[in-house]
Amino acid sequence: MDSEIIEIEWWRLILAYIFVVVLIVILKWRSIKREKDVLIATIRMSVQLVIAGFILEYIFKNDHPLVTIGVLAIMVAFAIYTAIKRVKHNVPLQMKKLIAISLTIGVVVSLSYFIFVVIGLSPWYKATYVIPIAGMIVGNAMTGITLGVNTYMNEMSSQKQLVEGALMLGATPKEATREIANRAFDAAMTPILNNMIGMGIVFLPGMMTGQILGGASPLVSINYQIAIMLGILGAVALSVIVFAVLGYKTFFNERDQLIDMQ
Amino acid sequence: MFKLENVTYKDVLDIPELSISAGAITCIIGKSGSGKTTLVKLLNGLISPTEGTIYVENEDIKEMSMVQLRRRVSMLQQSPSIYEGTLRENLQIGRFFSELEPASDDEILDVLEVVNLDKDLDQDASKLSGGEKQRLTLARMLLLPADVLILDEPTASLDEESAHTIMSRVLQHCIDENKSVIMITHADEIVKSFAEHLIELKDGKVSRDERVEPTWTQK
Repeated sequence: MDSEIIEIEWWRLILAYIFVVVLIVILKWRSIKREKDVLIATIRMSVQLVIAGFILEYIFKNDHPLVTIGVLAIMVAFAIYTAIKRVKHNVPLQMKKLIAISLTIGVVVSLSYFIFVVIGLSPWYKATYVIPIAGMIVGNAMTGITLGVNTYMNEMSSQKQLVEGALMLGATPKEATREIANRAFDAAMTPILNNMIGMGIVFLPGMMTGQILGGASPLVSINYQIAIMLGILGAVALSVIVFAVLGYKTFFNERDQLIDMQ
Repeated sequence: MFKLENVTYKDVLDIPELSISAGAITCIIGKSGSGKTTLVKLLNGLISPTEGTIYVENEDIKEMSMVQLRRRVSMLQQSPSIYEGTLRENLQIGRFFSELEPASDDEILDVLEVVNLDKDLDQDASKLSGGEKQRLTLARMLLLPADVLILDEPTASLDEESAHTIMSRVLQHCIDENKSVIMITHADEIVKSFAEHLIELKDGKVSRDERVEPTWTQK
C-alpha cells in the first residue's frame, strides 16, 4: 500500500474556500440572510483548527501524562459546557451538576477501558492515540446527553399530568418518572444506533477515512473503527443511563414533591 | 382525620382553621380559582403549605413521608390520567405504584361493576371515551387500600344521570370498605344527594363549613 500522504499546499487549500464563495452567492441569490453565519462558521472552523493543529503538534511531540490528562479535562469541561448550552430549557444548578457527573463518568470509564484493555496502549498517555479517540468519545457522549436531557425535560413538561397522577396513586418519584427516563435513554441512543446501521454502506466514518488517507490498510482501520464505535456506544449509554436514572432527583424536593409546583 | 391550623399557600389559600372528620362524605364547592384543588393537593401531600400546620390523625404532616401519606390518602385528578397500555394494565398500575400485589380478576371485575364499565380488559385504554376514562380511573382508585379518597370533579365527563348512579355506587363501595371521601364538585345534584359535610371556598378562604343532611340514603 502506498503510504505517501499528499500534502495540500496552502494555495490549493485556499482554492477549497471556493465552496464558501459559492454558498454565499446562492444565499444572496435566494435572499436568505445567513451570510454572516456562514462567514463566522468558516472563520471559526479555520482558526480553531489551525490553533488545534499547533497545539496537537506540540502535545504529540511532548508526550507527558499530565499534558494528556490536562487536554482530556479541557475537552470534557468544554463538552459539559456545550451540552448545557444546547439544552432548550432553563437548566437548574442541580441538573448542571448531574450532566457534568454523567458525562464525566461515561467518558472516563469507556475511554479507560478502550485505552487499557482494547488497544492496550503503552504508554497509556500516548497523545497521538488518546486525544483523537477521546475526541470522538467525548463528542458523541455530549450529543447523546444533550438529546437525553432535552427529551427528559420536554417529557417532564408534556407528561406532567401523568407524573402527578402517579404520585397521587402512591408512586415514588423514581417510579413516577420511570417511563420518561426510559424514553430519554432511548432518544439519546437512537442516533448512534442509526449511525452503526448505516456504517460502511451509506458512509465511511471519519476515523476510518482519516486512517486510509494516512496510508493505513482498510483492514487495519476497520478494526479501529469497529472498536471506536463500540467505545462510543458504551460512553453514550453509560453517560445517559447515569443521567436517566438520577435525573428525577432534580425535579423533586426532599419531600417527594414536584419542584415547579412549589 | 384532617385538621388545618393557620394554613396558607402562597396567595391562593388562607385557612385559619378547618377540620375534616373520618368516615364522612365531604364535598368541597366553590368557583374556579377559589383554591379547591390547592386545598386537596395539600391534603394529598403533593404540595406543602407556605405557613401553618396540617394534621392527619393528629400527626403533623411535616413529620410524615409524603409517599406513605399518598398511599393512605389517594387522589383522583380532574382529567383522567391514562397510561400507555390496556385497561387491565391501567387498573393494575395504581397497585404497582403503591408497591402492592396485583389485584385479582375478581377484584377488578368487582370495581368495574361499581363504575359501570363493561369493556374488554385487554383493549387499548387510550381508545376509551372521556367518560369511560374517568370511570376507569375511578375503578383504579377503588383497587387501592387507601383510607381516604380525594376525588377532584369525579363526574365532570359524565352526564347527570349516570353521574348520580355511578357516584352512589362508588360511595356505597367506599362506605362498605370504611373509606372516607373528600370530593370537589360543581354539580349541585351530587352535593344535595351525597354531602354530609359541606365546605365552600371563596377567594382562597372558607366561606361555608357545615354539616348537612344528604338526600341519598346508604344501604
